[in-house]
Amino acid sequence: MSTITETRPMTRREWLLSDRPQSRTQARLGRAYMTWQRFAANRLAVLGLIILLALVFVAAFADFLAPHSPYLGDLANARLLPPGSPGYLLGTDDLGRDILSRLIHGSRLTLAVVLLVAIIAAPIGLIVGAVAGYAGGWVDAVLMRITDIFLAFPKLVLALAFVAALGPGIENAVIAIAITSWPPYARIARAETLTVRNSDYIAAVQLMGASPIRIVFRHVMPMCMSSLIVRVTLDMAGIILTAAGLGFLGLGAQPPLPEWGAMIASGRRFILDQWWVATMPGIAILIVSLGFNLLGDGLRDALDPRESGQ
Amino acid sequence: MSMSGTETVGGRKRARPGKIVAAVLRFLVVVVTTYLGLLAVTFFIGRVIPIDPVLAVLGDRAPTHVVERTREAMGLNLPLYQQFFIYVRQALTGEFGVSVLTTNPVMTDIRRVFPATMELATLGTLIGALIGVPLGVLAAVKRGSIADQIVRVIGLVGYSVPIFWLALLSLLVFYARLKWVAYPGRIDIVFEYTFTPITGFYLLDSLWQRQWDVFFDVFRHIILPAALLGYFSLAYISRMTRSFMLNELQQEYIVAARAKGLSETRIIWGHALRNAAVPLVTVIALSYAGLLEGSVLTETVFAWPGLGLYITNSLQNADMNAVLGGTIVIGSVFIGINLLSDLLYRTLDPRTRQR
Repeated sequence: MSTITETRPMTRREWLLSDRPQSRTQARLGRAYMTWQRFAANRLAVLGLIILLALVFVAAFADFLAPHSPYLGDLANARLLPPGSPGYLLGTDDLGRDILSRLIHGSRLTLAVVLLVAIIAAPIGLIVGAVAGYAGGWVDAVLMRITDIFLAFPKLVLALAFVAALGPGIENAVIAIAITSWPPYARIARAETLTVRNSDYIAAVQLMGASPIRIVFRHVMPMCMSSLIVRVTLDMAGIILTAAGLGFLGLGAQPPLPEWGAMIASGRRFILDQWWVATMPGIAILIVSLGFNLLGDGLRDALDPRESGQ
Repeated sequence: MSMSGTETVGGRKRARPGKIVAAVLRFLVVVVTTYLGLLAVTFFIGRVIPIDPVLAVLGDRAPTHVVERTREAMGLNLPLYQQFFIYVRQALTGEFGVSVLTTNPVMTDIRRVFPATMELATLGTLIGALIGVPLGVLAAVKRGSIADQIVRVIGLVGYSVPIFWLALLSLLVFYARLKWVAYPGRIDIVFEYTFTPITGFYLLDSLWQRQWDVFFDVFRHIILPAALLGYFSLAYISRMTRSFMLNELQQEYIVAARAKGLSETRIIWGHALRNAAVPLVTVIALSYAGLLEGSVLTETVFAWPGLGLYITNSLQNADMNAVLGGTIVIGSVFIGINLLSDLLYRTLDPRTRQR
């Protein structure tokens, strides 16, 4: 077997796609390469990825990219200027602030909300689902009943009520959204756990004397990750829309902050004459949540070939 | 969506009575625990999160004896589980307290505004289903074609666009610029005093009373918000229809039907769609529930005097009784539709009839 590799040096592609990987790293890289190829074949998914990379880039370098301050406007000379005015590409709002700069800085808030919700909700769902699936019996029954109860709630209305009680603010909006969005992750994690629970490798670890906690955390949860990542990505658009909705109702980020939903709300008063004030942040929300949806669809097709038929 | 995915395909023809009783009991447990869960959450929001619910009601300037009396009147001296028990009993009788904003009992307010939301959501779902199902069928039949791509993009945008923003823009275009539709609200002020609604569904009421001018006016008011909500349910319905139809079109009975020489129209609409109809009913019911919820943001933009606007108005005035009452009502209807569609799915589809 090795004679072939000696006579002709492998190209990098051949090395990645080799049937007989020499090391674990090679096998992993090979699999990642194949997943990437499936993903990259989907042009819309790549577009989604580009949108999100752009979002991360803009958020990271907001201070350098924004031409003006997002908070301080030029009330005397630059109030409600239309798009295309010199120095103000997307126009200005009623306080003379540059809309483009506010959008650029607002990308940080959007990204922060999405990441925080994912960081809070996904582990809750993962733990609940994996424990329920692995333990089985009444633990499973109780945990899944709770999950189903939360799953049956109207998310937006419940988030509204939570924020109403906790008080408006972006942190509370994050908490409210996270509380209402973990159940689907628990269902997915449980389904994945059930498929691996009786497999040989779990039996092997059990024989080696691993504790249930160790098994769940080290050997069951990693198997749930890929489905979970897909689902979280697909949910991100919904999270952005909910956060923007809360902002629009005045319950999310509070006024000076350049949150996109709140910006739409403040532009609402001028919608008939100065349409751009409310329109521009909406376009930003649309583009970003479209990016997440495209990326999520692409990831699902690439990571989970079973479901990609449709 | 509480589809317990454990049903076995096939199964025996006839169920023993014991099994049916067990299934009914299981369903009852689901219903009861879900509603109790909803009440537990709203109880938690209203009574546990605020540091002092009395303060939330009276404000911080109330004299001490008033505070003490209110605390007792609200039952806040009792242990938490007893408070919850009382809370559940009150909720079951529709007793949500008095709205600070309108000074009416919350339930009276809700009864007044709820038909408006129902009418909007119903029309929206109708629009969504009547357009969404054919679009989904078209996309599945012409898979990979331009038509399929267009339907996909329509759906994707529907999933990604903020509804309140689209509502604002559509008002700008169709009301302010084109003047095709009426201004925000439900009915012209002119008719507000001459028209007496019966059911609270203005479209039906005006038809029934043969008041054509009222009907036309109500239609000009409702069509834009309903079309918007319809677009959102269309995005969901067309996507699901496409996926169900693709699934059916791969089945062998389709090949058999083709071999028999049936026309393609007959195969698609008579055979495939018929088999996809059962899950579709579930999807349409779920999208109806989603619209009831989505109405919160839409109604705010269109000044539509429904439950959504009631909740957001109360939110802005820190009227927690009204907010939680509205939440419970929307939640109950939402959960009810969820459970019903689940039940419907199980009884209509012979494959899932038995566990």
